[in-house]
Amino acid sequence: MSSATATMEPRAYHLPEEPHLHEGHSTNLGFWMYLMSDCLIFAILFATYAVLGGSYAGGPGPKDLFDLPLIALNTAMLLFSSITYGFAMLAMEKNRISATQGWLFVTLLFGGAFLFIELYEFSHLIHEGAGPQRSAFLSSFFTLVGTHGLHVTFGSIWLITLMVQVARKGLIPANKRRLMCLSMFWHFLDVIWIGVFTFVYLLGVLR
Amino acid sequence: MSDAVHSHGHHDDHHDDHSHGSFGSYMIGFGLSVILTAIPFWLVMTGVLNDPQLTGVVIMGFAAVQMVVHMIYFLHMNTRLEGGWSFMALMLTIVLVVIVLSGSLWVMYHLNNNMMPHADMSAMQQMSEMP
Repeated sequence: MSSATATMEPRAYHLPEEPHLHEGHSTNLGFWMYLMSDCLIFAILFATYAVLGGSYAGGPGPKDLFDLPLIALNTAMLLFSSITYGFAMLAMEKNRISATQGWLFVTLLFGGAFLFIELYEFSHLIHEGAGPQRSAFLSSFFTLVGTHGLHVTFGSIWLITLMVQVARKGLIPANKRRLMCLSMFWHFLDVIWIGVFTFVYLLGVLR
Repeated sequence: MSDAVHSHGHHDDHHDDHSHGSFGSYMIGFGLSVILTAIPFWLVMTGVLNDPQLTGVVIMGFAAVQMVVHMIYFLHMNTRLEGGWSFMALMLTIVLVVIVLSGSLWVMYHLNNNMMPHADMSAMQQMSEMP
């Protein structure tokens, strides 16, 4: 008995070392889970629009309302903001604070332009009497596109917050993590917008 | 400062198994998405295909491809990220989205058809003849 145990490895009934997980080790995955749940919200709104999008209640339809050149401009704004955010992330990796801040600011301008154009479109529709209360089509349209616009609005507020954070504390790991999360959020909103301009605007005009 | 540098190195070595992309990959993604956006708008605004149904199918194809491009070049999605869990979550979400969209359309289409007051007059007459 004693000779057998002597040759064996000493048994350890505790973990030899605590697994050292650094702060924020699960942030990326957790944030991705949030984005996926957000994706489900948009899936439901898309489904609602798909069901109600043909119910005009005798009112105007997509062909009368949607101005494709304006939507193309809007899409370009969001696309530009995506690539400039990418440049901000590249500058962040090189620890270049001023370049990061500069690209974040350009991203904010493009995001603001997107929101401005969207609000212009909405106010134009409402002035034409095609507000959300006009028909089921317009209710679901305003809900879907408005929810996306609200996301971009909060993303922009978040962007300003992070610019202040970076200005005050620099590119510390925590700020890099936050910028990474906002990057995922921003690019995710661009993916949702692909669905919006295709299914709502382009297919609406075709119908 | 040295602490920040150290932990950044640690971050890169152990955890950050996905790249943030390079200038080149961002530009490839951007170029592709510009093309994939411009073509559907061009198709719809000029009506070159002369067939709304065909155009619809084509632009939905472009949208699907562009979403994949954004996932790869902007969101840096791959099957190894976070030990594959990100990809698993994405797959589950896609399955749920497909069920929600196709299920809603399928159910509501049939509901609409069967509930329309004058969609099918013979069915209505049969209904009224029933005691």
